[in-house]
Amino acid sequence: MKIKSTLENYLFVIPAVAIFAVFYIIPFIWVFRLGMYEWDGISLTKTFVGLGNFKEVIFNDPSWWQAMWNAGYITLIALTFQNILAFLLAWACDREIKAKNFYRVIFFIPPVLSEIVVGMVWRFIINDIDGANIINRSLTGMGLGQFAHSWLNDPKSALTTVALVHSWKGFGWGFLIFLAGLQTIPRELYEAAKVDGANAWTSFKNITIPLMVPVVVLVAILTVLGTMQAFVLIIGLVGGEFAGHTSVPVLRILASMRGSSRFGYACAQGISFGVILIAISFIQYRFSKKSKA
Amino acid sequence: MNRVFKKFFCLISIFLTLILAGCGGQTSSKATNKISVWHWMTDRQEAFKNLAEKYEAKTGIKVSFELYAPSDAYSQKVRAAAQGDTLPDIFGILGEKRDFASYIKAGRILDLTPYMEADLGLWRKEFFAKALAVNEFAEGNSYGIKTGVYGVPIDVMTIQMVYNKDLFKELGLNPNKPPATFQELIEIGKKIKQAGKQGLVSGWGEVWMVDCLANNYAFNIMGKDKVLATIKGQVPYTDPDWIKVLSLFKEMQESGVLSSGLVTMVNKTAEQLFANGKAVFAFNGSWCVNVYKGMNPGLNYGAMLPPKASDKFPMAIWGGAGSSFMVNATSTNKEEVVKFLKWLTEKEQQVYLAEATNNLPSNKDSLAKVSPILAQFAGAMDYSTHPNVWGVSEFPAVIEALDKGIQSIIIGEKSPEQVATAVQKIKERELNKKRN
Repeated sequence: MKIKSTLENYLFVIPAVAIFAVFYIIPFIWVFRLGMYEWDGISLTKTFVGLGNFKEVIFNDPSWWQAMWNAGYITLIALTFQNILAFLLAWACDREIKAKNFYRVIFFIPPVLSEIVVGMVWRFIINDIDGANIINRSLTGMGLGQFAHSWLNDPKSALTTVALVHSWKGFGWGFLIFLAGLQTIPRELYEAAKVDGANAWTSFKNITIPLMVPVVVLVAILTVLGTMQAFVLIIGLVGGEFAGHTSVPVLRILASMRGSSRFGYACAQGISFGVILIAISFIQYRFSKKSKA
Repeated sequence: MNRVFKKFFCLISIFLTLILAGCGGQTSSKATNKISVWHWMTDRQEAFKNLAEKYEAKTGIKVSFELYAPSDAYSQKVRAAAQGDTLPDIFGILGEKRDFASYIKAGRILDLTPYMEADLGLWRKEFFAKALAVNEFAEGNSYGIKTGVYGVPIDVMTIQMVYNKDLFKELGLNPNKPPATFQELIEIGKKIKQAGKQGLVSGWGEVWMVDCLANNYAFNIMGKDKVLATIKGQVPYTDPDWIKVLSLFKEMQESGVLSSGLVTMVNKTAEQLFANGKAVFAFNGSWCVNVYKGMNPGLNYGAMLPPKASDKFPMAIWGGAGSSFMVNATSTNKEEVVKFLKWLTEKEQQVYLAEATNNLPSNKDSLAKVSPILAQFAGAMDYSTHPNVWGVSEFPAVIEALDKGIQSIIIGEKSPEQVATAVQKIKERELNKKRN
């Protein structure tokens, strides 16, 4: 009976496992295998190079690490500015404020917009040559003309501008998850704290933050995974890698596939990138487990 | 338990049926009365459809033109189809000649030489020699491809500079006398900067157009032989002539010839800026005539060669076949497909395409009816060359380093010497890899 019951359980898990294996595990293994060949994606023959492509990615490709650094920078802005903003807005919408439902809808619009559309619209808003130059005009109008700048065409500010636009697009997801997390905190805890003489800050510090740690970790993991893979927004905003200043790993992989016709090398880059992301997620997960303990 | 198993197998059956149904078969038409064509030319879909209807009325064969744009997405689709053996009867190869060679070696492209040479080369003689050259592999080519013609040009193009005649007048310049020398261009750049206008626009965020202009000036400064010797690894990129080529971009930037934001500009944006009269110069291909006509029919502009920086060697521009079609070697319809391509490149159809889409025809006899501005582009064909006819290809990593290096020079990050050193380092690395 017990064996029957166990078998029944496995029976219902098998389709999901099969789908996961077919669409994730097997392609991962296949791409890893392709990464061990020098191949242009068209020829019938491939040249086996072993781990040569992987070694080249890790030790001999400065443009790859430049791209990783740029993606890391955008992710850092997302983890701080974007998620803090999302948390504060979620916290505000969790309280009894006027038109909170309206705000909930408005804040979730940016994430559902297409990345390329967001990139092109923001390029129009920001750019001083082929755009409306709204930001510089606003700064000048407020008497801050000395801060007016060619935000997207200056290598010193292009990446930060991209990161901020990415944060604008991405904060809605964090907002939604934080809001859901805040709404799971029992109201009685706040009421009990109030009865015990706790003020708003004390309640926030001792109730909200500790109970939100798992949600914060989840949002952080999703932010890292999503932001590190960003590239469509960059194409919409600055057209491409901007002499390496807005280069990110996915654009490097595309350059290997399309520009260099090195499919095998692109696969090696993809696998290396995937392993790095898995490692980061694992570290974050372990950190969250330790925090819970 | 039986009910559980029944439900489970039912689910699995549906799942497997859906997966198998999703598996595609060969796209090239099995029926002999149907031809499938994949292309990327957004401005020609309507014209192609009209021609397809005309051909069907004439022969009873249905031709299906399928548009996949932009060109990057098209290239990926063709590559994926080649891997999955689902290529259509007719398709195009965008990109470098080594990719073209790879498709031929993989048995994807039909050798059209017998058809071109039939009837004393009747079909071959219809085309501009330079248009056909882009689709040909000459004897002893470095790609290891059997000598022959493997593609059919359906139009020709040149990539040149264009200038806004009205803005020239505003700057106090003669609108019928564009700059012929680099120094004249620099002087105009100073006037552009003084007047607070935008200079040259181009899709240099897409890097390949930077490569194009750099090559043009390389040919002008050091000549074709030295450029090819550099590609073969016999001349370093740190050679003074290459430093001179790179320095030209620094001079153009400093003088005001180049517009702001050029390095992040895509070609569509550049086309809009020039069409809207916001830029004095543009660097673009002859396909721009149709684009500008659509954006601003009243635009008053002219075409010109990039102003020469040296009198030692002639200026060279990229040109030849603009778009070409290849025949799927595994098509079951080969004879009908070749017949259709012969018909498509006949004078009548080429004149129609030239008039409908403002692109230069590949058929020599169809040139009479092009617009004056298009005729200016056609007139420069004698100066044209193309990487696909050189017989050798530079390493992609070197091209990328050179193009990004020029971008760095334009944004003032690196000097021409620094870029030359960096490019040469990558060249040596690639040469070592090839030797090992």
